[in-house]
Parts: sequence; C-alpha cells; structure tokens
Amino acid sequence: MRYAMVIDTLKCVGCSDCVVACQTENNVPHGYCRDWITEAVSGSYPNLELELRSERCNHCANPPCVRCCPTGASHVVEGGIVLVTADQCIGCGACIESCPYDARYQHPDGYVDKCTFCHHRLEKGQQPACVSVCPTKCMYFGDLDDPNSEISQLLKNRKHKTLSPEAGTDPHVFYLI
Amino acid sequence: MEEELFTSGRNIPNIDPSLQIWHWPISLYLFLGGLAAGILFFAALFYLMGKEKQYPALKAAAVIPPIALSIGLLALVYDLTHPLYTWRLYTTFRIESPMSWGAWVLLITTPLSFLWLFSYYRSAFPKWESKLKLFKKFKFLEKFEKFLIANRTYMAYALVPLSIILGVYTGILLSAFNARPLWNNAILGPLFLTSGLSTGAAAIILLSRNREERHLFSKIDLALIVIEIALITHMIMGYYAGSQVQLEAMDLLVGGEFTLMFFGFVILLGLLVPAILEVIELLGYKVPVAVPAILVIIGGLIFRFIMVEAGQLTRYLY
Ligand code: SF4
Ligand code: SF4
Repeated sequence: MRYAMVIDTLKCVGCSDCVVACQTENNVPHGYCRDWITEAVSGSYPNLELELRSERCNHCANPPCVRCCPTGASHVVEGGIVLVTADQCIGCGACIESCPYDARYQHPDGYVDKCTFCHHRLEKGQQPACVSVCPTKCMYFGDLDDPNSEISQLLKNRKHKTLSPEAGTDPHVFYLI
Repeated sequence: MEEELFTSGRNIPNIDPSLQIWHWPISLYLFLGGLAAGILFFAALFYLMGKEKQYPALKAAAVIPPIALSIGLLALVYDLTHPLYTWRLYTTFRIESPMSWGAWVLLITTPLSFLWLFSYYRSAFPKWESKLKLFKKFKFLEKFEKFLIANRTYMAYALVPLSIILGVYTGILLSAFNARPLWNNAILGPLFLTSGLSTGAAAIILLSRNREERHLFSKIDLALIVIEIALITHMIMGYYAGSQVQLEAMDLLVGGEFTLMFFGFVILLGLLVPAILEVIELLGYKVPVAVPAILVIIGGLIFRFIMVEAGQLTRYLY
C-alpha cells in the first residue's frame, strides 16, 4: 500500500474549493492552511503559460521532516502517510525548516500541523476532503502499489512531474502536465 | 521569465511570504553553546596535559560554561512553541535528528560543567567563599568537593569529546536541512566548532591576568581565526560551485541584504581586525588585549544571527 495523490494541472481552475474544504474539515485555525493554490507563470509576453496547482504536504517517501524530529512526533504510518502526534511535538520547528515545500506550520496551540491526506476519512473509506469537493474533479487519490488503481493508470498514461525532485525527498503528490 | 504566486483564498498571513520560525533565541543558543564548548574544551585539555597550574584563567573561565549553557537552554525552551512537552526529548533518542543529539549532549554537558566549576570553586574564587561561607553551612560539601577533585581526570576525559560534539552540533543543527540551501553545507559543523573554540579562547584572554597566559591564548586564537577564515572561504567557494538555489543563497551574503553585516562585522571586525591586532600584540607592541577578544566574541555572535536569519530566507523554488 502506498497512498499518493495525482492532480491534473490542466483541469484545475484555481477556485480554492480544496483549500476551504480542508480548512473546514480539519478545523484549521483562521489564518493558516494545510493546502494552497500556486499560480505559476512562465515564458515572456505574449507567449505566457499559466499553471495552476493545488499544493500540500507531499507525503515524501524520504521525509526529512521525520528524520530531523527529535521526539518522534513526526512519523510515517501505513501507506506512507506522514503524520504529527500533537502531544509528542515540542514545537521546536526543526521539521518546518526541513521541508522544502514549506508544507508545515505552527498551530496557534503550539504543536506543528500539516496535511494528513485526511487520514481520519481514509479510515472510514472516504476520500480526502479536498479530493471529494473539487468541482472540476482534477484530483485523484489512491494506492500507487496497485497497478490497476486510477492513479497508477493516470501516471502510466499521462505526462507528469513532482515538485523539486532535486530536493531528494521523493514526493508523492504528482502533477499531470 | 518564471514567476510563482500563491493565490486563492490562501489567506495565510501567518505563513506568507516567508516562514521565519526560528528567532533570536536560537542564534543566541548556538553562540552560547559554541562559547561554552570552547572554554570546556580548553579547560579539560589543559588539565589533562597537566598544565592547569600555569594557566589560572582556565579556572576562572570555568564559571562561564554553566551560565552560558543555562541561558542557552532557557533560550531554546523559550523558542519552543509547545514547551510543556519538552520532556518528550528525553523519552527517546533519534539518531538521525541533530536536535536529538543536541538535547542529549546538553543534558550530560550542562550538569558536568556545573560539577567542573564546583571542583574549582574554593581554589579559584576564595573571595566568594569567604562571603558565602557555603562550606561552613553545609558540611557535606567538603566530601563532595573531595570526590569531584579526585575524579577531575574522568570529567576531563568526558568533557573533551562532549565539548567537540557540542561545538560541531551547533553547526550541524543548521547544515542538516537540505531545504534551506544556505545551511545545507557540511562545512558548517567544523566552521561553527572553530568559531566556538575561538570565542572560548577570547573569553579566556579576557579573564587572564598574566601575560604569558594571554600570549598563549592569543596564539591559539590567531590560529583558530586563520582556520575560520579558510573555512569561510571554502564555504563561499562551495556555494559558488553549487546549484542555482545555492547561488541564490549566496547572493544574500554577497551583494544582498546581509552583505554589510557579513563582510563588515563578521569578516572584517570579527576576524581580520582581531587577527591583525593579535599579531601586533605578539610582535611586542602594546595593544589592549581586551579589544581583539571582545571583537572576536561579538563577531561570533553576529555570525550566528546572520546564518540563522539568512538561512530561513533561502529555499527551493519550484
Ligand atoms: S512535503 Fe514536507 S512535510 Fe510533507 S513529507 Fe515531505 S518534507 Fe515532510
Ligand atoms: S516541531 Fe514537533 S514534529 Fe516538528 S520536529 Fe519538532 S517535535 Fe518534531
């Protein structure tokens, strides 16, 4: 079992429904977020290209945030999901510094928080909140180890990329391009 | 042209535009850790070489590490956002986490530095004792002191490696983060150790009352400054031979917003000027020795501040 997310940048319109859905589902305090939209413009006028991406923790297979955590609060659970146990976290911030994607933040209550791939929903057989609300259905979630899963098929047939693979973290959120 | 924007109701004034979560307490802590490591290293080493009688300032300087480490630890805990769980550091040891190494090394070194100081308390600070009269009030101290003095050699054997680990750790804490290109440089460990030793030597010079001792530590400090300049040169060259993210990181120090601080205060006032003054002094001219020593200490402090601040401005762009 290896959970992963696939996001179609060609379908995303940047509406931010995923952001709001996550904030609501996970009680993210006001002024913070676990996922966000990046608008990347490249090229020079008039040949500009726009890419919209819904970004979040990449649940890396080689997660520096877990390695640098002095208490073991940051850990990996089944399926490769990277989680933080709030009452083991001392709020030292090492994991925040270690993440090349700035995917973590300090919760006002002190501990560090981030995307969980909606672990609590997966346990009930549901999809992550962001995936389930996307109006353009541009997000897919599933098991990478299963060659017949929707995400495996998409990655087989479509051109895709990950963010900053040169950071060496082996990210597991894939973007179709 | 390549431009990236966070858009959409991200509404995260607490995260955008940059994530600065380590503040001045961390810089102070790294500096104090290095300073304490430097003094403990020299004190233990000279004791093991049987030269402590010749260099009385080493005993007087023993008062610095316990204070520095205590303030450093307080600063560190002050920067934790979930401090009530600090004990969680000590229910586990995570070999891959520099922070975990640091926590454990400090847990052993801090009390050891107190014991080390106490073993010199009566001989190095007779005035304090005549005021406080601790040994009169608490009879068991006599025995305790005897025990410590008898075991000083063992303490020194432990302190030499511990102080080196502590000094290196202050650099590795930063260099282990590949996400912050300015920090991600293995030379930071030896560099911070050298800088810590140099500030330690400077503190000993400040406390010294005898010429010969001051000269010895001036020579040691001079050698350390030369090594430090070499390591900083290596660091800069390494970045310029590096990838785009490292080039951008270096721009902060060379030409960017930290240029004056880095070249003016760290390199010039913190290293070159004290080195020149120390050479002049060693040649026999009269220079107030406190000047280079204080410059070295302030330079070391500013260096930590720059590295912690600037490092957090650098990141991968994708
Ligand atoms: S994206 Fe960041 S927080 Fe998430 S697993 Fe990777 S390094 Fe850790
Ligand atoms: S802030 Fe918490 S989760 Fe992050 S490294 Fe420190 S203890 Fe671990």
